[in-house]
Order: sequence, then C-alpha cells, then structure tokens
Amino acid sequence: MTPKTETELAAAIAAATGPLHITGGGTRPIGNPVRGTTLSTAKLNGIILYEPGALTMVVQAGTPVADIEKALAKENQRLAFEPMDHRPLLGTKGTPTIGGIVAANVSGPRRVAVGACRDHMLGVRFVDGRGTIIKNGGRVMKNVTGYDLVKLLSGSYGTLGVLSEVSLKVLPRPDCSATITTAIDDDSRAVAAMSAALGSPFEVTGASHDPATGQTHLRIEGFAGSVAYRSDKMSALMAPFGIVRVTDNTQDSEAIWVAIRDVTAFADQQGDVWRLSLKPSDAHGVVAGLSKMGALYDWGGGLVWVLTTAGHNLRAELGDASGHATLIRASAETRAALPAFHPENATVTALSAGLRAKFDPRAILNSGVMG
Amino acid sequence: MDMPIPDAKIIAKKASVVERLQAVLPLNAVIHEDRQVKAYECDALVAYKCPPLCAVLPTSTAEVAAVLRVCHEMGVPVVPRGSGTSLAGGALPTADCVILGVARLNGVIETNYDDRFIRVQSGRTNLSVTGAVEANGFFYAPDPSSQLACAIAGNIAMNSGGAHCLKYGVTTNNLLGVTMVMMDGTITEIGGAHMGAAGLDLLGLICGSEGQLGVVTEATLRILPKPEGARPVLMGFDDNEVAGACVADIIKAGVLPVAIEFMDRPCIEATEKFANAGYPMCEALLIVEVEGSEAEIDEQLGMILKIARKHKPVELREAKDADEAARIWLGRKSAFGAMGQINDYMCLDGTIPVSSLPLVLRRIGELSKQYGLGVGNVFHAGDGNMHPLILYDANKPGDLELCEAMGADILKLCVEVGGCLTGEHGVGIEKRDLMNVQFAPSDLEAQMAVKDVFDPAWLLNPAKVFPLGASETRRIAAK
Ligand SMILES: Cc1cc2nc3c(=O)[nH]c(=O)nc-3n(C[C@H](O)[C@H](O)[C@H](O)COP(=O)(O)OP(=O)(O)OC[C@H]3O[C@@H](n4cnc5c(N)ncnc54)[C@H](O)[C@@H]3O)c2cc1C
Repeated sequence: MTPKTETELAAAIAAATGPLHITGGGTRPIGNPVRGTTLSTAKLNGIILYEPGALTMVVQAGTPVADIEKALAKENQRLAFEPMDHRPLLGTKGTPTIGGIVAANVSGPRRVAVGACRDHMLGVRFVDGRGTIIKNGGRVMKNVTGYDLVKLLSGSYGTLGVLSEVSLKVLPRPDCSATITTAIDDDSRAVAAMSAALGSPFEVTGASHDPATGQTHLRIEGFAGSVAYRSDKMSALMAPFGIVRVTDNTQDSEAIWVAIRDVTAFADQQGDVWRLSLKPSDAHGVVAGLSKMGALYDWGGGLVWVLTTAGHNLRAELGDASGHATLIRASAETRAALPAFHPENATVTALSAGLRAKFDPRAILNSGVMG
Repeated sequence: MDMPIPDAKIIAKKASVVERLQAVLPLNAVIHEDRQVKAYECDALVAYKCPPLCAVLPTSTAEVAAVLRVCHEMGVPVVPRGSGTSLAGGALPTADCVILGVARLNGVIETNYDDRFIRVQSGRTNLSVTGAVEANGFFYAPDPSSQLACAIAGNIAMNSGGAHCLKYGVTTNNLLGVTMVMMDGTITEIGGAHMGAAGLDLLGLICGSEGQLGVVTEATLRILPKPEGARPVLMGFDDNEVAGACVADIIKAGVLPVAIEFMDRPCIEATEKFANAGYPMCEALLIVEVEGSEAEIDEQLGMILKIARKHKPVELREAKDADEAARIWLGRKSAFGAMGQINDYMCLDGTIPVSSLPLVLRRIGELSKQYGLGVGNVFHAGDGNMHPLILYDANKPGDLELCEAMGADILKLCVEVGGCLTGEHGVGIEKRDLMNVQFAPSDLEAQMAVKDVFDPAWLLNPAKVFPLGASETRRIAAK
C-alpha cells in the first residue's frame, strides 16, 4: 500500500484487517523483525512550507531527506541534528525519508551540542492504529499547548501512529568547519579529553574517539575568524593529551564527520553492531569489559558503537551501568532471539504498553518492533 | 472561569484525610487550618483563588509516594505545586484537593562536570541550580524571568522557556531524567545521566504535562559551560514591520544570537517612566545579544549592525562595557513591573510564525482600540513567542472579563496565523477552554488517552489543560 494523501493513509489503516509493516525509504530496518502488509509513506512527498527567516520547514513524511537538504542548502541552512545515513552500515538501498528519521529519532555527532532529532521537531501529523488523523505541536519554535506528543512520536518506530507530516526547526549552516585531532591511545584519557573539550566555552559540535586509530576528533564550526580562534584554543587545551593536528579545510573536516556519523568504520566488517548510550565517564570502563571486535566513541563518550561476533549478547556484559544498548545490525535469527531494544523498568514498560494499546488498540502498526 | 463543583463527600471527610496524611508525614508537613491553607489558594494568576482541602510539604520521594497512596486510596484529587509562579493557573487548587508542594525538596544530589549534568530535588529554584554550578564555570540554560522564585518542578511541568532559548532551547531540551511518583504511589525512574530513551520517549511526554501525569521529585539536568562573554545591542525602529524584517534578516544571515527581544511603543514608554533605562522613544525596539570571545562578539555584532543599518534604524546602541550592557537589559527586565505600575495586567503567551509579526501587532492594536484596553508588547522575537500585556482595572466590575475576552481574541489570532495558544506558560485553567480553537476533538482525545494511561482515576490536577466539557466524562467516570 502506498497512499498518496493523508486521507488515503487514514483510510488504508482504518480498513486494514491485519498487521502492517510501515516503511519510508526502507533504509533503516532497525528493531525486532516485523510481519505484515507493507505500508509505504513514499508517496506522501513534498515540502509544504519553508520559511528560512523563521527557521522552520513543514514537510510530508515521505519526502526524501536529500530533497530537504537541497532546499535548505539553497538558503544556507541545514538539519542541525545531522541525521545518520544508515545505508552504508546496514547495507540497505533505497531513499531515506524524513519520516524514517523522525520515527527512529536518528541523530548524528552534533547531537552532543544541539540535541537530537526530537529536539528539532516542532510538530507532527499522524494516523493512529484506528485510522484517526491526529495533529500535535505546530510550526512555531515555542509551543507548550497541551501534551507533547511530538516527542512521544519521535523515536516511536511507527508503533503509535504513521507520520504523515512533520515540522522541523532548521538552523543556519556555518561558513566553516575545522577538526582538531589528537593522538590518544588510551580510551579513558580520550574520554577525559573530550569532557575537557565539551566543558570548555569553545562550542565543540562533535567529539569522537576511534580506538583503532588512536585518534580523538573535535569539531568547531562557525564564522572563519571565530573558527580559527577556537581551533587555537582547542589545540592548546588538547596539547597535554597528545600530538594535535588541525584540519581547517571545511570540506576535509566535514568528511571526517560524515564517516563518524555513518559509522563507516564498521560498514565493511562482518559482525553485529550495537549502539550503547552511556554516561560518558562510564563508557571506557564498560567498553573495556565487552567481548568485541571494535568500538567507536561519539558524543564525547555518551554514545559507543560496538562491533561484535554474530549472535553475541552484548547486553549481558553491561552490568549495572546506567544507559542502554540497542542492537542495530544483526541477522534475522539474531534479531528474533535478542530483543533489539533494551528492557526497561516495570513501570516504564507498563506505561509504554499502555500507550501502545491506546494509540494502536489492534496492535497492527509495526507490532513488536520495539518489543 | 468555571471549575468543577467540588466533591462534597471529600470535603466532608477532610478530618480523616488530614489524619491519614499526618500519619505518613513528619510533624508540620500537613497544613490544614483555614487560615494557613489560604497561602496556597492561588498561583501567579491571582484573579482566581480557591483554598484547598489541605496542603502537604513532604521532604522525600518516599513521603511523596506515601501521600499519593493515601490520596489514591481515598479518591482525593492532588494538585502538585512548585513555587506557585504559574501564570496559567496551573497550580490553582480546588476545594476538594490536596496541594502537594515540593518546596522542601530543594537539595542538590549530584553535580558532575565531566559528564555535564546536575541532579537536584525538584523543589529547588531555577536560579539556584545555576548557583550550584557557576563557581565551576557552568550554568543551567533555561532562564524564565521568574527564575529567582520558580522551581525546577514547575519548569518541567510547564516546559518553561526563557530569554536565551533561541540558542539553548527550553526545559525539554535540557532535561535528561526524572524520578517521578505515579498517582498510585509507584516510584519510577525515567531517563538518567545518559542521552536518549531506550524505548518510547516518556521523558519528552512528561515535560510539559502540567502535573497531570505524575509528581516529579528529582531531576537530572544538562549543564553547560559558561560562554566567554556576551554583549547586547539595542536598536530602535520607527515601524514594527521594519523591526520584524530586521529580525528575519539577522536569522537568515546565519548569525544565531542567544536572544532577540522586542518591545513596542506602549511598553517602551511604560518602562522608561519606571526604570529610566534611557531607551529611545520609537515604535519598536530590539535587543539582540550574542556570545563568545571579544573578537567573536565583534565579528557577529558587526554583521548584525550591518543588517540593521539597511533597515534605517532610528537608534543603534552597542554596549561598550558591562555597565552599558546592564542598562540595555534593564528596561527589558523591568518591563512587566513597569506595566504593573500603570495598572493590573494580564500577560498572554501565544506564539506566532515570525513572518506574521507585523500583521499580528497591527491586529492587536486594533483590538486594543475596540476593547478600550491598553496593550504593551514585549516578547522573544527570535522565536515568535509574544507576551502582550493587557492592562485592566481589577477593581472595576467587568474589566477582568473584558480583558479575558480580548486576550482570547488575541490568542485565537495567534492560532489563525499558524501559531499556538501558549509558548511557555502552559494551558492551566487560563487557556483550557480555548484548546478547541487549536485542536480538533480527536487531537484532544489522543492527549487525554495519555492521561488515562498514567492516571486512570484522573486524580492528578484533573481540571486543567483540557476543556471541562471534553474531560467531563473521564473525570466523572473515574469517581
Ligand atoms: C513575573 C513572572 C515571570 C515569568 N516569566 C516566565 C518566563 O520567562 N518563561 C516561562 O516559561 N515562564 C515564566 N513564568 C511562569 C512560571 O514562572 C513558570 O511556569 C514556572 O515554571 C512555574 O514554576 P513553579 O515552580 O512556580 O510552578 P507552580 O506554579 O507551582 O506550578 C506550575 C505547574 O507545575 C505543576 N507542578 C508543580 N510541581 C510539580 C511536581 N513536583 N510534579 C509535577 N508537576 C508539578 C503544577 O501542578 C502546575 O501545573 C513567569 C511567571 C512570573 C510570575
């Protein structure tokens, strides 16, 4: 099913007699395996409104991300949360859509500075499991009118409703980007270096460490003079940690962050990929205790990508560290055996189940994808 | 403003409610004498008052849980309260409710500069959160003007904003986790020091839920390193429309100031009389503030001033030192107080798309003439969050109603142009009955379904947010 309008989408869901598998571009098959008739949002396509002076854009959920980025680039703006392109890592093809990004709350390295996808969401329109069209939020930057279902829908993987339209906060694209790379071969020192950087007033918009190369990357963005000034400050701050090198060509600097964003280091390697959300200062300790083939730190240590042998239950090795582990890439058998999403406490589990039962009483929307 | 008829059966059993609450709380934590409960009869929306059945001031999460268990068992509604600075009547009691105040829960539990968070009890005031970390060069970003008094609990419930949210976001963007007690007394952790939810984003749902889903007792908040410096410029224009265009041009140019504040002529005149900040007399005044090192500030302000000059300002004033910066902010910061000197006022809080600014200001002017009530506009222009202050005389019969009718017209206008009823103050009772203007019944139904899940008996702050007609069947069925 590929509805062309929100009304058609609502009718399709209302008339559904069995489970539905909702897709945008199909580039992010994350979560537990889902059965059902495919319902694609690909034809809900188009930018409805774009006001650069108000930093807002309203788009249909099936709009390709590339189209959005092109329109934004013309006005020197961008999606600041830097959504990852999952295709290299997951080996998927297809055209990423904005609805898929929102449904999975996909956020890149800049999340550590500007927040996640959900923090850039201003409004949603969606169709719930009964076929009812619901709107929440709006197209303005500040809005506390009623409950924030916008946040609830962001990262709900289609289980509460199928998004038909989203409004986004967009931001100016800075003129320049520079990357300060420090050679640090010890993970705990790397996290300490990133904490020092993120705790400085120099507005670091990316902090990543690759244990394989022993390199810690920090990103600075802005106007030319300001980037030069802050790069110097950052180099001085990093000097005690290791040898510092600065990539001050914007294109070269950005290429470093595209690779970090898309976790291309693991793209061509066999094995399962996990995504850990941790308190940064816990990260190196946790990572040290994992059976793994590789690890990659982002968000100053708040996010760790881990490569393991196929079928390995990484979650069992986390101990009682606060945070969570999501299985991002694995075979269908592994995904059927290991829940993709981290188990939560009893109250949160019950509340989440209660919300799903209200929004999708027949349990037909991507049923079971989140557990 | 209608409120549901209080439940006579609950009022009749006040003595036993008080007794059971006293049994689970320390001495002095239950306030029940008529004279004393009056202290809790309203929040900052002072036009509405109603003393509660009683008020409790627990000192721990466990005590909050015990209170909620008692109220749950006895079917008594609970209205959570932080510092009572809500401008929307969010903490307004009903005669049959227990006010649960978190003011005594005001400690700092943990500060962690490496991981950049602070964990506090929810009754701690907003400003004292920054106070706890500023010696180490950090601050807590959301800065409502009421920050000296308001509590983190209220900030979370209202998803409060501030003057600097253009750059730093509002409460929800700076909240990492909470400890929350459900109406049945269950204590739960949601989120924590890590980023993002494992499953559904319940934290995002709780933030801004106006005390209707659970009682927040602790919060983990993101703290940020203080910028090297900040400096404002002041610009005056002889036309609102031009000032609005200037705001849009600044944003389009890629400079992201931390604050862009707007004041119109009535507001400038009032503040000048009151605070004597030396503002130019003009139609529209902008205060734009940027951050960074001295050189970075110079670079950004250079661009901003260049843009401003294209719009033929009648005044451009750059702060040369801290003193001048303070003077530029002085008028803005005393705007509410200044308007209060002229008369009683009602502060509205609608948000509009920035592009509609000139139209909305013109229409507000027309409404002001039509209703015969003065209006001053002072607001966060970068994000379109308006604060029209309507002047009225509380002692003049009918004036409050007139003022409310005019306020409703302005808020409807905000929705009409693509905006919303409230940008940061919340719905409370004040905008409850206007929710139908912004939302279709199915939109409200979806929100109320959330409350059904968290608080099936509809005991937590039940008469707020949703139009009474819309929530009636649920509130009655739950009894
Ligand atoms: C002069 C003035 C200026 C203001 N400026 C701003 C501004 O710039 N920006 C802004 O956003 N707001 C502003 N406000 C509004 C107000 O200060 C905020 O809404 C604030 O967050 C309320 O906090 P409080 O602690 O006083 O909450 P209260 O007024 O006590 O309660 C507010 C809401 O929170 C709920 N609540 C309280 N405690 C809890 C809890 N523990 N768990 C769950 N729910 C709870 C209450 O039930 C109520 O619905 C201003 C108010 C005044 C009087």
